[in-house]
Amino acid sequence: MNMEQRRDPERILRELQRDEERQKRGHLKIFLGYASGVGKSVKMLDEGRRRRERGEDVVVGAIQPQSTSEIDQRLSGHEIIPTVKVSGKDVIDIEQILRRRPQVVLIDGLAYDNPPGSRHAHRWQEIDELLQASISVITSINLHYIQELQEEVACITGKRPAETVPLEFLKRADDIEIIDAPAEEQQRSRLREMALLVAAEVVESELKSYLAAHHIEENWGIQERILVGITPRSDARTILESGRRNADRFHGELFVTYVRQPEISPQDQTALDKNLEIAREVGATIHVLDGRDPVRALIQFAKRNGVTQIFIGHSQRQGWWHRLRGNPVERLIDLAEGIDVRVFPQRTGS
Amino acid sequence: MSQIHESKRGRLKIFLSYAAGAGKTYRMLEEAQDLRCRGIDIVIGYFEPHGRKDTIAKTDGLEIIPRKKMEYRGSEFEEMDTVAVIARAPAVCLVDEFPHTNVPGSDRAKRWEDVLKILDAGIDVLTTMNLQHLESLNDQIWQITGIRVRETVPDWVIKQADEIVMVDVTPEALINRLKRGVVYAPEKATRALDNFFKEQSLVALRELALRQAAHEVEVRHETPRPTDRLLIHITGEPRTAMLIRRGRRVADYLGAECFAVYISESGDLSGLAVSERDAIQRHLNFARNLRIETRILQGHNSAVALVEFARREQITQIFFMRPKSRRKMFSTSNLISDTLRLGRDIQVTVVADRSAP
Repeated sequence: MNMEQRRDPERILRELQRDEERQKRGHLKIFLGYASGVGKSVKMLDEGRRRRERGEDVVVGAIQPQSTSEIDQRLSGHEIIPTVKVSGKDVIDIEQILRRRPQVVLIDGLAYDNPPGSRHAHRWQEIDELLQASISVITSINLHYIQELQEEVACITGKRPAETVPLEFLKRADDIEIIDAPAEEQQRSRLREMALLVAAEVVESELKSYLAAHHIEENWGIQERILVGITPRSDARTILESGRRNADRFHGELFVTYVRQPEISPQDQTALDKNLEIAREVGATIHVLDGRDPVRALIQFAKRNGVTQIFIGHSQRQGWWHRLRGNPVERLIDLAEGIDVRVFPQRTGS
Repeated sequence: MSQIHESKRGRLKIFLSYAAGAGKTYRMLEEAQDLRCRGIDIVIGYFEPHGRKDTIAKTDGLEIIPRKKMEYRGSEFEEMDTVAVIARAPAVCLVDEFPHTNVPGSDRAKRWEDVLKILDAGIDVLTTMNLQHLESLNDQIWQITGIRVRETVPDWVIKQADEIVMVDVTPEALINRLKRGVVYAPEKATRALDNFFKEQSLVALRELALRQAAHEVEVRHETPRPTDRLLIHITGEPRTAMLIRRGRRVADYLGAECFAVYISESGDLSGLAVSERDAIQRHLNFARNLRIETRILQGHNSAVALVEFARREQITQIFFMRPKSRRKMFSTSNLISDTLRLGRDIQVTVVADRSAP
């Protein structure tokens, strides 16, 4: 399915500019762990040492306040740019780092807030500035501090950290590496699972941009994406609840589509509204599609969004789909090349 | 009873990654050194040095059980000496390359079978494996890399592991290691860079590995309430293996029971052409190896027989292979649409072909 896309000059120019910016910008690597003590700092310092041995100019910009002998031992031999005190808090000496201009700076503890009056409120913003100045950064973060996961983490741990980093910042990293370690208790297991999934998500966006940059159109279905197609008359609850359960089990995404129908009757509109309400209840993203051929509209949406499974209702009765072009389920199966189709029998109309 | 069994059986820990050179063996040896320092009786049952210096250095001070020499077609091979490992009875044994296929003539066909034997003897095992050897992912791996992985491990074997740890590394670092000759000798490295080590493949495999690791963590701390029971329709069609793998994978994720049936007019495999019979036998065996319960059912009409069986076994979902062509679908769609019509409240899943481009 490799497809070379048409290359328009505008697009090539945009890409070149983006490439240039990317080349100028420092390289960001993040070590992600699900708890403190899994070895993020050690990994970071080890990587710094290896790079120095390969001739890169590496300095340490920040270390964690609680030090262990393992870390102290690894710090020796590194050039350290000491942090400065601002209102009694340790802050990276960003001006000193910019003056010193190393190739790589190690900054432990990505989620760190600076005291008021600092150049940047958050450490991740300081890192951004260093990257813009063509300095590469290696840093580490604990899952707990990812902004978007605050709710879930608080549910598990009962704690809500004050300092957070947006997931978007992690997604922008050139490299992310997860430090995985066994977890004995259930609580830690759940955090561990979340960390692995966050890493997978970051890798997914990396894969997407890689494929886009190389004009490769592939859908390998690495992340399961379930699409439930509903109509006004489908008995949507069963399908939607199953869609939700399956999406959860696969840690996948759930889409719900409805192909807009011309001249919908008031009863159908009411039924449809009810079905869309259920879709919202199960937390699906709803997409209303247009298209004279509903089957084609559904398939096009599915392919564009990397859907791996389509859930659809099927009734014995002849509905509007049938009238259009023969048996719609058969047509759907026929066109759904590369996508599983799960058909739910329905007692009500189509 | 089961508790006694559990306390005697050794614990299995798998270091999982997505490519050679990720550092699985290194990480495993680090843990071994740690255990040794803590006074735990640990031996190496099998270790694959691949000529990697820092990995070899990590074996320092660890007792190695000599490998068993085997002769096959005039050449000498070395395999893990499982008998010797069990006789030595350490607390923990290191076994590299879990999916390895033993040379013909060995007691067991696969190294993972040796490992199960060692676990049965009450010895803990640390082992390494790449995700692409997982049976249920075989088609997807083929899609991503264009390579059919022959050495596979059934998913239920992985489920036996008490712990799975993801050894993560970025594709960039991996490619660099390969280019620097850390992973393979130069000639093999060039070949690897052309195949498995294409950047997009590595990124995709890595995502797959992370998702699998997350799933493995999840199933170990919570068991889903089973809501589904799956039935796979077996035929002699070569794509049936793909159907079985997908069915197995979906069943695993849903925590569902899984069955596979072949419907025959006679009720057995007699009266079929040899090639057809062999193919069906192969598919039934394949399903059984993946711990899917299989049946051969008598019936003149496949849809009727499938639905009857489904009713009896409270099946919620029947898996079919995609019809080969539209025309074929309309002529033989009877099976799928008849099943839908007869099944009333049974769902039907038509599984996509997942094959290399």
